[in-house]
Amino acid sequence: MPTVACHDCDLLHRLGPLPEGVTARCRRCGGLLRKRTRNGFERTLALALAAAILFAVANAFPFLSFEMRGRVTQTNVVTGIVDLWKGGKPEIAALVALTIEVAPVAQLSLLLYVLGLVRIGRVPPGLPTAFRLLRHATSWSMIEVFMLGIIVAIPKLMGMATIVPGLALWSFVLLMLVLSAAMAAFDPEEVWERVEGRR
Amino acid sequence: MSAPAATALGASCASCHDCGLLSRVDGRAHGARCPRCGAALHFRKPRSLERTWAFLIAAMVCYVPANLFPVMTVISLGKAQSDTILSGAIYLLMHGMWPLALIIFVASVFVPLMKIAILAFLLVSVQRRSAWRPAERTRLYRLTEAIGRWSMVDIYVVTILVALVRLGNLATIEAGLGAVFFGAVVVLTIFAAESFDPRLVWDTSQGRQT
Ligand SMILES: [Zn+2]
Ligand SMILES: [Zn+2]
Repeated sequence: MPTVACHDCDLLHRLGPLPEGVTARCRRCGGLLRKRTRNGFERTLALALAAAILFAVANAFPFLSFEMRGRVTQTNVVTGIVDLWKGGKPEIAALVALTIEVAPVAQLSLLLYVLGLVRIGRVPPGLPTAFRLLRHATSWSMIEVFMLGIIVAIPKLMGMATIVPGLALWSFVLLMLVLSAAMAAFDPEEVWERVEGRR
Repeated sequence: MSAPAATALGASCASCHDCGLLSRVDGRAHGARCPRCGAALHFRKPRSLERTWAFLIAAMVCYVPANLFPVMTVISLGKAQSDTILSGAIYLLMHGMWPLALIIFVASVFVPLMKIAILAFLLVSVQRRSAWRPAERTRLYRLTEAIGRWSMVDIYVVTILVALVRLGNLATIEAGLGAVFFGAVVVLTIFAAESFDPRLVWDTSQGRQT
């Protein structure tokens, strides 16, 4: 039976093959040892594909329109970042670009690259690097926090003018749900098992 | 204490930070590589305490200007009004939007302060080789890792307002210097949490040096 160490407290555990839908936790500190989700591989792939489409829609259309005395401005995420950059705050623009654009794009493309190639029976070249980048991209991807930002911004603006939610807003809501479902279903250990031909 | 628990370090093993595979490391870990993915293997995150302190102190320093400078300025019909994080939250409260005021207060004031306090407490407890409740301290660490990102809310609110309200003299919103420092606080505390190695809490609880 393979041995694993808890990432949070270093305690050794013997961990046999997990049945689907079972999560193994450290008996000393409760840290996550492994989460084997039901049909996790296929589900992650399907959800990542859906998330990629939603991401494109969320960025192609305005998410809010602002109407004041007959004048209308609209914004999507990219124009927001460009406005911040031009407005003399490139640091904030870069941080928003990293967390709402670059990291989610990297996260989705790496997931699709790895899972897609493994799905058709090939070993993805550069798999360790892809996993390393995926871990960083996931921790900097903050779509769900951005959603909360929209929720706070809308009532603040309603005091000034009329706010009309756009198509992209609903895409963002769906994207947030689908993306977190994809990451919750993802089990990297299963990818390694498939690549090493143990299954 | 009872006999030391069976840890990877005690068995001269290290688990890979990238793929999770446990492998035996003979002698010193320096230069050892994961047989599965080729990543460098370490028993513990290298120079964890020094790096965490460095990021944490930088975050504390940035926290002061983040609260003193305005995060945004609203220019409406020729009049300019600047708001800091705290005055923005108070404004929302005064205008009856207390759920929003609560979100901003928790995400922008409470979470960063709590994160800085917890990490400082963990660092000091490890350095003093404390044996106090390692499981609870590990849970505190996992909490700081999970909640840190939510501090970004105010940055996104400013971004959305700046992007939407740009009607020249009628109404314009500009991002302020406070937002830049506040972004730095969020990033630095994320780096600090990432640099800290929670296994150190257990090492010292068992009276073992790393
Ligand atoms: Zn543990
Ligand atoms: Zn590895």
